[in-house]
Amino acid sequence: MLIKILGSGCPNCVRLEASVKKAVEALDLKEAIIEKITDMGLIMNYGIMSTPALVVDEQVLSYGRVPDVAEIKEILVNANQ
Amino acid sequence: MSIFYPVQLLADWLTYQVFSISPDTLLASAVNFFIFDTVKIFLLLIVIIYLVSIIRSYLPPEKVRHILSDKHKFVSNILSALLGIVTPFCSCSAVPLFLGFVEAGVPLGATFSFLVASPMINEVALILLFGMFGWKIATIYIVSGLLIAIFSGLIIGKLPVEHLLTDLVRKNQQKNSIPLPKMNAKQRHKYALDYTWDIVKKVWLYVIIGIGLGAWIHGFVPADFLAQYAGADKWYAVPLAVIIGIPLYSNAAGVIPLVSALTEKGVAIGTTLAFMMAVTALSLPEFMILKKVMKTKLIIIFASVVGLGIIFTGYLFNVLIK
Repeated sequence: MLIKILGSGCPNCVRLEASVKKAVEALDLKEAIIEKITDMGLIMNYGIMSTPALVVDEQVLSYGRVPDVAEIKEILVNANQ
Repeated sequence: MSIFYPVQLLADWLTYQVFSISPDTLLASAVNFFIFDTVKIFLLLIVIIYLVSIIRSYLPPEKVRHILSDKHKFVSNILSALLGIVTPFCSCSAVPLFLGFVEAGVPLGATFSFLVASPMINEVALILLFGMFGWKIATIYIVSGLLIAIFSGLIIGKLPVEHLLTDLVRKNQQKNSIPLPKMNAKQRHKYALDYTWDIVKKVWLYVIIGIGLGAWIHGFVPADFLAQYAGADKWYAVPLAVIIGIPLYSNAAGVIPLVSALTEKGVAIGTTLAFMMAVTALSLPEFMILKKVMKTKLIIIFASVVGLGIIFTGYLFNVLIK
């Protein structure tokens, strides 16, 4: 599972990354790789302008907001199926 | 009876009973003014930002650029300005918005209309205008702001400025559109709460300082004291107000309560409007960031067109409203 966090380094992007790490730990997803994408051109390739965004296996699963840990867990469990 | 009557009762009770300041003194008037305005503005901020955020969750820039991409030029300028009102904007998002709009095929002029309207006509400025000046001035601000945004965009769209964009701007590259997720009701509610909290956290101190200084001026500075320096007959007041407004960006929340007190003391209303528009629409940090997508020359053209529009509006209302 490849988890990407898109964002140019705004405070919300840092918050999203922290929440994703917590969710991954809580779910004990050993195969998950978390990658941060800060390059604007790469971010725009996902068709979004509002950051931060959460991308799992190249699917945009949330953008322009910071979901809480519980919601991220839900997102990751759904994406894993 | 105003819906803020209970707030006035609270302010009266705190001023005269709790702090036991005797009525009819300057101090009582200043304290009463401060409590009433602070409570009123914070109530408005919380309720309105929440409501606007809910609307906003249905209109992210990703959707807005889609709406704007296949419209006729003139229509797209008007729509951009209107959509700019509800779309979130901070100088940090100016670059992705600009790139994303042009990429999706939104005309350059319309993109500029959006770039003017989005920061200038935002809910925080409108709440403060409504709360401190009343609905008439708030409406004048919205309408003239929209017109400035529409016409600035039309003018820039007519100019040969394509060569002044940087290589980062790739035109009409329709992306194989990846489906984007939609929010459910619970997520929208949380998004709106987070957004409201973020804004209130960011502006509360400026609002309190602005209202505090305003209350002091209201109570202690003689009426019409400023008319001799910044009255409607002083031609230099409007351009000067615009220049002072440029570096004050993001402090609109504190600036508006302060200028409402200055208006009371004789600063002409057009000058006040021009100042507030300069504070919100012309932002130094935004100009610096825009260098990523356009050459300095285009930023100067952009700032000049908008600045002249604001100055014109200032003079116009100095003549119209006496």
